[in-house]
Amino acid sequence: MQAFEYIPATTVKEAIAILAREGEQARVLSGGTDLIVQLREGRRKVRAVIDIKQIPEVNELSYDPATGLQIGAAVPCYRIYGSPAIAAAYPGLIDAVSLIGGVQIQGRATLGGNLCNSSPAADSIPALIAHQASALVMGENGERRIPIEEFCIAPGRTQLQRGEILLSIHIPPVSPYSGGAYLRFIPRNEMDIAVVGVGAWVALDQSGTTITAARIALGAVAPTPLYVPESGAGLIGKLVSSETVAEAATIAQAAARPITDMRGSAQQRSHLVGVLTRRALHIALKRAGYKSA
Amino acid sequence: MANKTAVQATINGEDVEFLCEPHQSLLEVLRDVLRLTGTKEGCNNGNCGACNVILDGVLVNSCLVLGVEAQGKRITTIEGIAPPHGLHPLQQKFLEHAALQCGICTPGFIISAKALLDHNPHPSEHEVRHWLAGNLCRCTGYDKIVRAVLDAADVMAVEVSK
Amino acid sequence: METPVAEQAKATEVSVEERHYNIIGTRPIRHDGADKVTGKALYGADVRLNGMLYGKVLRSPHAHARILSIDVSRALALPGVKAVVTSADLATLDSVVSRVGEGAVNWRYLSNNILASDKVLYHGHAVAAVAATSLNAANEALNLIDVQYEPLPCVITAVQAMRPGAPILLQELRTNELGARGEIPTNIASHDQNMRGDLERGFAEAAVIVEREFTTGIVHQGYIEPHTATAVWGTDDQITIWTSTQGAHDARRQVAEVLQLPVSRIKVIPMEIGGGFGGKTVIYLEPVAALLSWKSGNRPVQVTMSRFEVFAGTGPTSSSVIKVKMGSASDGRITAAQVTMAYAAGAFPGSPVGGAMSVILNAYRMENVQIDGYDVVTNTPRVAAYRAPGGTNAAFASESVIDELACKLGIDPLEMRRINGAKEGDRRVDGPLIRRIGYLETVEKARASAHYQSPLPAPSTPGLKVGRGVASGWWGNWPGGTSSVSVIVNNDGTVNLIEGSTDIGGSRVAMAMQLAETLGLQAADIKPMVVDTDSVGYNDVTAGSRTTYSTGIAVHKAGLSIIQQMRERAAQLWDVESASVDYADGVISSKDNHIGFKELARKVGDGDGNVVASISISPNGDGVALATHIVDVEVDEETGKVQILRYTAVQDVGTAIHPAYVEGQIQGGAAQGIGWALNEEYVYDQQGRLLNGSLLDYRIPTALDLPMIEAVIVEVPNPTHPFGVRGVGEVPIVPPAGAVANAIANATGVRMTVLPMSPQHVLEALWTQGNERV
Repeated sequence: MQAFEYIPATTVKEAIAILAREGEQARVLSGGTDLIVQLREGRRKVRAVIDIKQIPEVNELSYDPATGLQIGAAVPCYRIYGSPAIAAAYPGLIDAVSLIGGVQIQGRATLGGNLCNSSPAADSIPALIAHQASALVMGENGERRIPIEEFCIAPGRTQLQRGEILLSIHIPPVSPYSGGAYLRFIPRNEMDIAVVGVGAWVALDQSGTTITAARIALGAVAPTPLYVPESGAGLIGKLVSSETVAEAATIAQAAARPITDMRGSAQQRSHLVGVLTRRALHIALKRAGYKSA
Repeated sequence: MANKTAVQATINGEDVEFLCEPHQSLLEVLRDVLRLTGTKEGCNNGNCGACNVILDGVLVNSCLVLGVEAQGKRITTIEGIAPPHGLHPLQQKFLEHAALQCGICTPGFIISAKALLDHNPHPSEHEVRHWLAGNLCRCTGYDKIVRAVLDAADVMAVEVSK
Repeated sequence: METPVAEQAKATEVSVEERHYNIIGTRPIRHDGADKVTGKALYGADVRLNGMLYGKVLRSPHAHARILSIDVSRALALPGVKAVVTSADLATLDSVVSRVGEGAVNWRYLSNNILASDKVLYHGHAVAAVAATSLNAANEALNLIDVQYEPLPCVITAVQAMRPGAPILLQELRTNELGARGEIPTNIASHDQNMRGDLERGFAEAAVIVEREFTTGIVHQGYIEPHTATAVWGTDDQITIWTSTQGAHDARRQVAEVLQLPVSRIKVIPMEIGGGFGGKTVIYLEPVAALLSWKSGNRPVQVTMSRFEVFAGTGPTSSSVIKVKMGSASDGRITAAQVTMAYAAGAFPGSPVGGAMSVILNAYRMENVQIDGYDVVTNTPRVAAYRAPGGTNAAFASESVIDELACKLGIDPLEMRRINGAKEGDRRVDGPLIRRIGYLETVEKARASAHYQSPLPAPSTPGLKVGRGVASGWWGNWPGGTSSVSVIVNNDGTVNLIEGSTDIGGSRVAMAMQLAETLGLQAADIKPMVVDTDSVGYNDVTAGSRTTYSTGIAVHKAGLSIIQQMRERAAQLWDVESASVDYADGVISSKDNHIGFKELARKVGDGDGNVVASISISPNGDGVALATHIVDVEVDEETGKVQILRYTAVQDVGTAIHPAYVEGQIQGGAAQGIGWALNEEYVYDQQGRLLNGSLLDYRIPTALDLPMIEAVIVEVPNPTHPFGVRGVGEVPIVPPAGAVANAIANATGVRMTVLPMSPQHVLEALWTQGNERV
């Protein structure tokens, strides 16, 4: 690859200053599992990489049942699923985090990087959207918070402006009678990029039979991960049943805009959106406490 | 030519210092700068596991780590697995079970298996297969590899309990 | 006609039950094992020489194009670059075909494949190469080589290439039409035919006829170690090459021919090899590295392929289209079979369609048969051998149709194989008389297996479908070729075994065991080593399932020579006639004396001249391989995903020298077959560019994709080998695709006719055939 400078930043301020100065010529390095491959294959060219792994704030991983889950931009996947409390509270997120690559990828890859890389097929993003996560971004003009569903604007491009850096991702506290799930379809059993991914999250009423909230997001069927509000909205107030779930799946299918590429055909993907939405919803419902008769 | 950086790391228990350019991967550093050629390149993009090493106790693809990122880190490669004399139980079991044919993937598998057993001393067959899914082998069909790892786990558990 | 060895073996032939071996059949630790588990073993890319330069190859971005010009001046000007080569640095060879190893090589085509001359014929075709002081500089230099191309339309599949009006790849190519040379430019290199009996009558006799057309994609051997070659063109014009190869002597011959030098000027040092499966019997980088060395002022140059280059620039195996029509009587006897097969050879002629024409029906007795095979060039990489070349595609087709016939007749699929299975004394569909084989034994063992006797498991999740399929496979093996070994008895009674057969999967230990058995020693007493082309006589490639057979015969013969010499030394020692000295189980004895091998070796010592033997043989033996596989699958009809639940592979191996490595060959071949069945294929875009040249999107099975693979060894000793060995390495890859297809049919009622049976293809088949399920 073309030569670049390696800059280990120690503060957020330092990182922001370099990003502001270099613009597209610099790229943040956290896990490196996407960036290093892109640089090596010539798909990205930069003058400098800014290693943020020494910056304390972006390495913080904290969970408080009252305030929710905060994942620093440089926290690798293995730390997230390695926390029993987080795994118990957010199984739907863990579904995704433990699917990115394989064990050795998860030793380096970060959720922040997965988000900022903005691949249409990223595994974590539909799960984050379903869990109503938001990104905390810092720039020269201060902080701002961006809902994950708005974060990615095109393959490889995000809302981050020049001089901005992702600090952390926040997932709201677990509401009672709620549950999430992420399912993806791949041809093998691991190591593949998602052909289709679906993140689903539901909340039930106290009786556990009626849906009070639902969020569904799709991966690999549009230029960016796709939040399908109408699919979740259609579930609100409905009694849980196979028909309700199937309806939500059909709505999700209609929203998908899949292409045919070497990983799958458009027809196959469209079909899989329906199948996986149904299955993900069933898991989410079960986790939310729904007990089928 | 970009500037070379001096990097200090501990590799297989030994403190080392090396020079490398920012774009050089840890894999390249191990093989070409430090002449530790036991770690192999199979794909150079994180899909085959032949380059696996243990970095601060975590299993990683060394092709996806920059040499400069090794600063201050503890790294274990295949050359550091065996005790001063003899073989590690994993290595011994790989030989007893004929869990290698061409042997090119073997260093990566042994490193991965060691990381697994450090983390989970009593894995099930499924857990072994799941953990090793990132290590590709084209010769064995994995059968004897999985058996060797399970057998090594038993042996190591006995030794721990002694 | 029997070879002397075969006659001798036959004379001492005993039944399986009566044989007793001390070493053969045991499982000693392989001699090279410690180095391989500790990372000490040196593979090609581990070579490090002082002043070594790094080489990289520039490859065509087009599937088909004329090369108008190549300007290397900017590359040469880059600091660190020491040499650039193109095909202008290679001699223009005649379009002459020679027999090399198991097959034939057209030297001009081989040279053109190594560096393109006037045309590039596939995406990834090598065009030029550079050597520089760093890998980075070499890669940057590639970007500075200016090649002007005139793109041409391309053809990717055999069907496309055979169409009238298709763009022609090689202007001089004419069809070899059943022996007669065609007149018009074409992409069809040859049409061959096997015919026997009366096809019309055979079909008329049939109670049931099945006719299907099958399509298979390009697959790659997928060895984990990329190709690599390091060369030094010495100032004395002696060339030394360290390389990853399945045959150093074969590679030397190819390099000599391409560089137009005498073989004596070239030494090839085979490093440990990280997999080959047939793909490393052809040279790609060796002459390039040598030329770069010469041009850079005799410096060592190492060229190693990237993973993408391995996919795009080496030799995968053929895609194919295979039509099978078979008829069966109501009692299950196949009465007629008609096959048409077209195999895509890639850029130059030489697909394995010939082997395929044998595999497709050779496990069976059939009277009325016609097989037509076409070898077709396409704008894809020129194929190289891949483990039973041509066989997997063929068996996918024939085993599916046989299964469908069985289903229609209500006959158990293994019973169908038994009814039609070939045995000793039958005449093979492709001609030769069948000698001792164990096919029916594999069918019987499969039927009796715990797997086949057990009921289908319940699906893991309600709604998924479970099914079971079987398939058989035949492979001719290559029980021949030349093997040369040298044996030296050390004065402590250990024995050096110097061989030239690359050890890809444990063959060192198998040779050591055969020598140990012959001499009555332990495997650990033998020190096997694989040496370079200067240090041992000619050895053909470790391929064709020939090594344990042919090199084993050489080893055995060397052992006999050692025994003879030890008897003579003992005779001298005891002052008796050597005819009165016996040798058994490592003990040399006469009427009043006996002495162990090691003790005698010590007594002989270095001063009396070593006991040594040097053998070079080319057995013309026999020893086909047969196998029957069983697979249980689970199919998710909503996603098309197929999981392998259980797998049993039964194979006649003749005699298993080291059972663990024999099992390993069976398991590894089955795993490759499963990958081929389920997910592996090259994907091209409309412009003929390879899209999935990475291990991410060329999906080989991981440990999580496979269950344990039960390898069941059947031993019907091969009469033409002193220990009954039959080559084992290739046939395991032949049945899996057919078995998986039959299991999917059993589970879902849908017949798959496309490889791979990926989720997308299974879904599409379910959608189209949903109404016609059987």
